[in-house]
Amino acid sequence: MRKIALLTAAALCVAMILTPAAFSARKTIIKIGINAPLTGDIPKVGEGSKYAAMLWLEDIEKMGGLEVGGKKYEVDLIIEDNESKAESAVKANTKMITQDDVLAIIGPQSSKQAVPAGEVANKYKTVMISPWSTNPNTTMDRPFVFRGCFLDPFQGPVVANFITEEFGSTKAAVLYDVASDYPKGLAEVFKEAWEKKHGAGSVVAYESFTTKDTDFSSQLTKIVKSGAEVLFTPQYYNEVPLIVQQAKDLGWKGPIVGSDSWGSAETVELCGDACYGLFFSSHYAAAGAKGATKAFIDRYEKTYGYIPDDVAALTWDALQLAQKAIQDAGKITGRVEKDRKAVRDALAKIKDFNGITGKMTFTEEGDPIKCAVIVKINDQGKYEFYKSSCP
Amino acid sequence: MESLTDILQYFIQNLINAAQRGSFYAVISIGYSMVYGVLMLFNFAHGDIFMVGTYIGFGIATLFLAIFAGLLPAPLIFLSTVVVTMFLASWIGVFVEVAGYRPLRQAPRASAAITGLMIGIIFETGILILLGAKRLSFPPLMESVTYNIGGVYFTNVKVMIIIISLLLMLALHGFIQKTKWGMAMRAMSYDFLAVPLMGVSINIIAPLTFAVGAGLASVAGILYGQAYPILDPYMGVIIGWKAFVAAILGGRGSIKGAALAGYLLGFIEIFVATIFPSTLRDLIAYSIILIILTFRPRGFFGMEHSTKLRL
Repeated sequence: MRKIALLTAAALCVAMILTPAAFSARKTIIKIGINAPLTGDIPKVGEGSKYAAMLWLEDIEKMGGLEVGGKKYEVDLIIEDNESKAESAVKANTKMITQDDVLAIIGPQSSKQAVPAGEVANKYKTVMISPWSTNPNTTMDRPFVFRGCFLDPFQGPVVANFITEEFGSTKAAVLYDVASDYPKGLAEVFKEAWEKKHGAGSVVAYESFTTKDTDFSSQLTKIVKSGAEVLFTPQYYNEVPLIVQQAKDLGWKGPIVGSDSWGSAETVELCGDACYGLFFSSHYAAAGAKGATKAFIDRYEKTYGYIPDDVAALTWDALQLAQKAIQDAGKITGRVEKDRKAVRDALAKIKDFNGITGKMTFTEEGDPIKCAVIVKINDQGKYEFYKSSCP
Repeated sequence: MESLTDILQYFIQNLINAAQRGSFYAVISIGYSMVYGVLMLFNFAHGDIFMVGTYIGFGIATLFLAIFAGLLPAPLIFLSTVVVTMFLASWIGVFVEVAGYRPLRQAPRASAAITGLMIGIIFETGILILLGAKRLSFPPLMESVTYNIGGVYFTNVKVMIIIISLLLMLALHGFIQKTKWGMAMRAMSYDFLAVPLMGVSINIIAPLTFAVGAGLASVAGILYGQAYPILDPYMGVIIGWKAFVAAILGGRGSIKGAALAGYLLGFIEIFVATIFPSTLRDLIAYSIILIILTFRPRGFFGMEHSTKLRL
């Protein structure tokens, strides 16, 4: 009796040692992390990222897995909420890299989270592609961090050129959030570009506020008084309606121009007809799209009931880039550190990638060279392609 | 360089801006002061009660506009929205008192303060779970008309906000000075140990105080929704803190002081941003308040003895 018990115990021990090894030998899962603001200040951005990722996963599953070097691998998405906070984005990246063993990370979207989160990804030598972050610091001196969009320094001159050509203005005002990386960075670059064009002091009012402020009346009163002809405000969709409305109430009559942060589907929903006729620079425009871009827009709209904003489109492109890099890497060894390095090298080599937001080639810093679009909010509140501006 | 009329026009424009901003601080800070007067504790959930009140106002306004738009004149819809919202929101106040503070009435003051913060977080996350993280847009209850008098721009909404806030504070003053309930509240703030012995139950006066505070905050919420029509579950945090500063500045427990300090805070914020770079607004504005409190720690109308009591 004792002998049998002993044997059973021994057999169990052997089985327990063998099982994990047996499992891992049988199956390697490719894990992709998504670091998105599902709650917090800009949940719509998080929703767009998540939905685009789910569409991508659907495609992969339809093909029976991701084919790398002639072998099909199951793909798993790890979606983490960063609450639109820098600390949480860093935490989410650390968790996905060290606990979930993801091969690559898509996100975070805004620069506020992408700049600190990129530090973590680079430290752990894991590929991170931020689809939407336009701040230069996100990728600077970080070989493992890439982005899917153009940079602030590029968007600033584009907007400055556009305003000069379109409205013929020479005096501009800027209103921005000093506590947030993206608006602050873009405001600085715009000011520099504008003053280069129209001379020192041509930005007649350079006003700021801090995140969560709702009253901009003193800043806007200053702006109205300064004699500025155009107002540039690179803010997010929860602030744009308040700024536009309050500016009108205080007697502002000139145009108000924004940047790609206006591109969320909710801007017009919250702002209403006060925002009709305004312009902003962006990565893509849904109205008037063709080819693969249109196919993506139609599919997204059919599945989720609304037209995808630029975040969704850029996330989609970032995932396609990640997919291509993984496939170009040639094989999955199952040793995650080695695979991450291989994916990074493959991604850096990608040339003339045809994304739905334009053609992309990465620079050495991991920033794509691509074109910007000037979007007009038309009289039906739709985002309409107005003109394109390439570097 | 600039003509006098230009400067005057600029000054009056900012005065109007400040009066609107100050109105919100004043009405909300009264809620802090009233509770402090009766229970000698600061209800740190008040900012979030304001937030919940705004959401209730949003619900009622949307509902009434859907049913009555076109049938009733706009001012009547506005008035009924205010009345119904005030009624519903005051129950939130009662709930906070009964569920949150009453069990801790004998506990140290710190426990009650922490409870207030907890209730605030529960409200924030509760709304987040209930309505999702999507921003909501408060429907306009009246058509905004912009007036331009001598280069000073203001809207009918702005004027309405300032007038309604003043009327509310006058009504509250009347309630506290002229009614039996008001007298009981005043008596309680003089001595909350002796008054219950005279047959005035703290278990009635305390919830009443919370109800009035929450009702006021909810009207402030409706007005806030007209001025800044974007709602989010964390909107009450910052404005709650600032109103709390106003309550301290006005003198703990002094309703008159809270109202006055609320306006003063609005003026300081707006004019600091006008004179200095706007980046430095809060730094300079709150340094000024710190200096005032250094020289007058009990605030404008606080009673001498109250500085000796625990928070």
